[in-house]
Amino acid sequence: MSANTAPQSLPKSDGASLLTVTELTTEFRTAGGTIVANNRVSLWVEAAKILGIVGESGSGKSVLCRSILRLLPSPPAHIMGGEVWFNGRDLFKLSEAEMQAVRGVEIGMIFQDPMTSLNPVWRIGDQITEGLRVHKGITGKEARQIGIELLHKVGIPSPQTRIDDYPHRLSGGMRQRVVIAMAIASQPKLLLADEPTTALDVTIQDQILALMLQLQEQTGMAIILVSHDMGVVAETTDRVAVMYAGQVMELATTDAMFRNPQHPYTLGLLNSIPRIERKVDRLIPMQGQPPNLLKLSRGCPFANRCPVATPDCAETPIALREVEPGHYSACLYPERVSA
Amino acid sequence: MNVETAYQTLRTGKVSDAMFGVVHGVRTWPFSLKSGAAIVAVVALLGVLAPVLTPYDPIVGNYSEALDPPSLAHPFGTDNFGRDLLARVLYGAAIDLQIGFVATYVPLVIGVALGAMAGYLGGWFDSLLMRLVDLLIAFPFLVLIIVILAILGPGIQNMYIAIFAVGWTLYARLARAEMLVIREQEYILAARALGYGRLRIIFRHALPNLIGSSLVFSMSDFVLNILLASSLSFFGMGVQPPAPEWGAIVSDGRDWLLQAWWIATLPGLAIIVTGLGLSLIGDGLSKILGQRNNPAL
Amino acid sequence: MRLVGYSVRRVFEMMPALLGITLFSFLFIKLLPGDPIMIMFGGRASPETIAAGRARLGLDEPLSTQYLLFLTNAVQGDLGRSITQRAPVTQLIGERLVPSLFLLAYSTIISVALALPLAILSAQRSEQPVDHVIRTFGMITFAMPSFWLGLLMILLFGLVFGLFPISGWGEDFLGHLHSLFLPSLTIGLFLAPILIQSLRSSLLDIMQAEYIEAARAKGLSASRVMWKHVLRNALIPTITILAVNVGFLIGGTVVVESVFGIPGVGRLLIQSVLSRDYPTIQGLTLVFGLLVMSVNLLADLSYVVIDPRVIYK
Repeated sequence: MSANTAPQSLPKSDGASLLTVTELTTEFRTAGGTIVANNRVSLWVEAAKILGIVGESGSGKSVLCRSILRLLPSPPAHIMGGEVWFNGRDLFKLSEAEMQAVRGVEIGMIFQDPMTSLNPVWRIGDQITEGLRVHKGITGKEARQIGIELLHKVGIPSPQTRIDDYPHRLSGGMRQRVVIAMAIASQPKLLLADEPTTALDVTIQDQILALMLQLQEQTGMAIILVSHDMGVVAETTDRVAVMYAGQVMELATTDAMFRNPQHPYTLGLLNSIPRIERKVDRLIPMQGQPPNLLKLSRGCPFANRCPVATPDCAETPIALREVEPGHYSACLYPERVSA
Repeated sequence: MNVETAYQTLRTGKVSDAMFGVVHGVRTWPFSLKSGAAIVAVVALLGVLAPVLTPYDPIVGNYSEALDPPSLAHPFGTDNFGRDLLARVLYGAAIDLQIGFVATYVPLVIGVALGAMAGYLGGWFDSLLMRLVDLLIAFPFLVLIIVILAILGPGIQNMYIAIFAVGWTLYARLARAEMLVIREQEYILAARALGYGRLRIIFRHALPNLIGSSLVFSMSDFVLNILLASSLSFFGMGVQPPAPEWGAIVSDGRDWLLQAWWIATLPGLAIIVTGLGLSLIGDGLSKILGQRNNPAL
Repeated sequence: MRLVGYSVRRVFEMMPALLGITLFSFLFIKLLPGDPIMIMFGGRASPETIAAGRARLGLDEPLSTQYLLFLTNAVQGDLGRSITQRAPVTQLIGERLVPSLFLLAYSTIISVALALPLAILSAQRSEQPVDHVIRTFGMITFAMPSFWLGLLMILLFGLVFGLFPISGWGEDFLGHLHSLFLPSLTIGLFLAPILIQSLRSSLLDIMQAEYIEAARAKGLSASRVMWKHVLRNALIPTITILAVNVGFLIGGTVVVESVFGIPGVGRLLIQSVLSRDYPTIQGLTLVFGLLVMSVNLLADLSYVVIDPRVIYK
């Protein structure tokens, strides 16, 4: 289906934006049709800050991270438009070799499932230090020493012995710590974390998040944290972007978004979180299903589920607009949200 | 679950969907399936119509024309008995396709039935069957066939017996593996809730769903059986002369390799073309049935 | 050491298979129609030889005793005497084992050398024209009968171009390499398409694993990811595929040895069957079964070295 064509007032950070994504559009061409997985996505993250990206499965948030690092195989994925400015360069204009110099060194990425993120036939020490070897030419004893320090930094006990272990010797939580160590080995300025805690037990989740926050404080690294868990996002992020059907629905500081959501979808997400302080008879789920990405309408993709939709919501293309200073919404009638 | 929901689940369960799809939607067949089927159909037709297509006798030759190179009169040349080679190859098509077919599908039927039962019923039947399969698989296939032929003697009948005795094992393993997965599916549970007997469930409900991988594999097996039969005939253990089985013809040509290269080489091309067609069908089938074609099992 | 314990356990688990192989080999002669003594001696033997034979085989004893006798004799290296070649079976087989093993190894190497690059190419360019060409080429090669291909090779490279000897297996190591090249290539070309298909499948699976994506996210080049990460993991399925297909490989050597006149056990089998040399056939059955078993055992043990997860299971 065609990407929406409304003009956007592009989000602009007032301060030092480390990464700025502008109108990023990624398509997947399949035998069944073309899916627009990222539809003119715009957002930014500032240095040493944390941006959360929330959305259901299929909202395009994972594709976004991979688009930024240009990890998607093409075919079937194609980047149809947009720019990704990082440290004064448009990443989409770099050659593959230049991009490899960015990956792992300036931008790191961690993935969802720690059980499959580590190569089962390599020792964890080798996997952590491989980046050092390839990007910085550090090998041998020096690399091993850095590896041990990294393991210590992420909270793995007895790092001098653990460094020679194979991944299957470690529990899920420990493996995720190793994955984090691997990603920060070359001290990147930005970390893309694609649902890093989803595959872990709840108690471990807290530990991993705490670790990430701690590392962020220590190193001044910026983080983009992708999650479907509003609770996690509320606790850890500075700013949030809400995605739905491949588009950004709302973009604001975490505080502003939770206190004063400007999009019915965001409101719906907030309402369906069980809260421990209140007694509720029934949770308020959202009606309906996410749309079929092969058959998107021209207008707002949320229209058919929106409790406050108007007849022209399904027909009018949407775009992000600044509703309040620093608070952007793609809803055509954000005032109806608070009603 | 109550009877109503059981019946509903049963009706909507995936029973023979793929089979219908294959037959009804010829136009939507993948290219490999169409081209493969076309090739095999042509070969089969040539074999069946051989008496009409060629005036020459494949068994009795004209000695004055022995070892003639390919020409207009004899497009494939003649062999050492003066027999037209093209005629022999055409008649051979019927022989090889028939052998391949029987050698593939009889073991398939036996093997799938046994394997499906073993997978569903488990217990001593399963253990016994699998021990037998393991024993037979412990030997190289060709060696086993040759040894059995040593006991029984050469000839096409004995070749069939040997192949039936050993060939079913591959299908049994395949079907059993699929059954182990399928018997946990909901439509099987629904059938049991409706009080259907075990054999009925195995053969009418489970079988149509597990036969896909066996059918895909059977195409590779078809090729391998043609190769097997022609190899056996090449050594004089399979089809006996003067029958124009392709492998037997190549064997004839062995003594005349330099003087009359066409005798040994041209029947091989027939085997290759036929094998290619069959593999293409297998490839196309695997696309439709969503299976991964893996002759290596 | 865990390694030793694991190996011992594996060998122990193969005992039933060993039993089955020996039992089948033993029963082979029993299944033949006719008088066993006539079968064993081909009807041309003196009364003393026949009596000795009866005793040795225990033909008047119950079946189980005969089987034990068979086993005891076999372990001591006595598999009977060949009818047609007037020599102990063990000797005949022993003389011919090395050329066959050489041929097997040589074929495997050529096969993998052909299949691996093509499988990688096919997987990397999956569903693109290159992939289709490779797969079609594989189908064509798969359909080539080994005996036919062998003859063709002999005709072209042996007779017409005179590049390779057309029979025998050479005098020294280099001679072996030279003489066995065409036969190994013949077998290799038959095995390669099977390998390519399976390897391609495994490679596609591996390439989609998350740890491969994670490796690319570390900024590693595509070739480094392929060689150090993908292939290292592909080693395991490669060995599995080779082990599973050893039956095909051996079948191929039987045919090819006869076509190329190589003095190996494969050719011996064909000769024995054609000349009704039953003791030799029996001995060969046993040897072939043991060969397959050894290959599987070898594959199992190699997993231990390659895959760190195996021992801890």
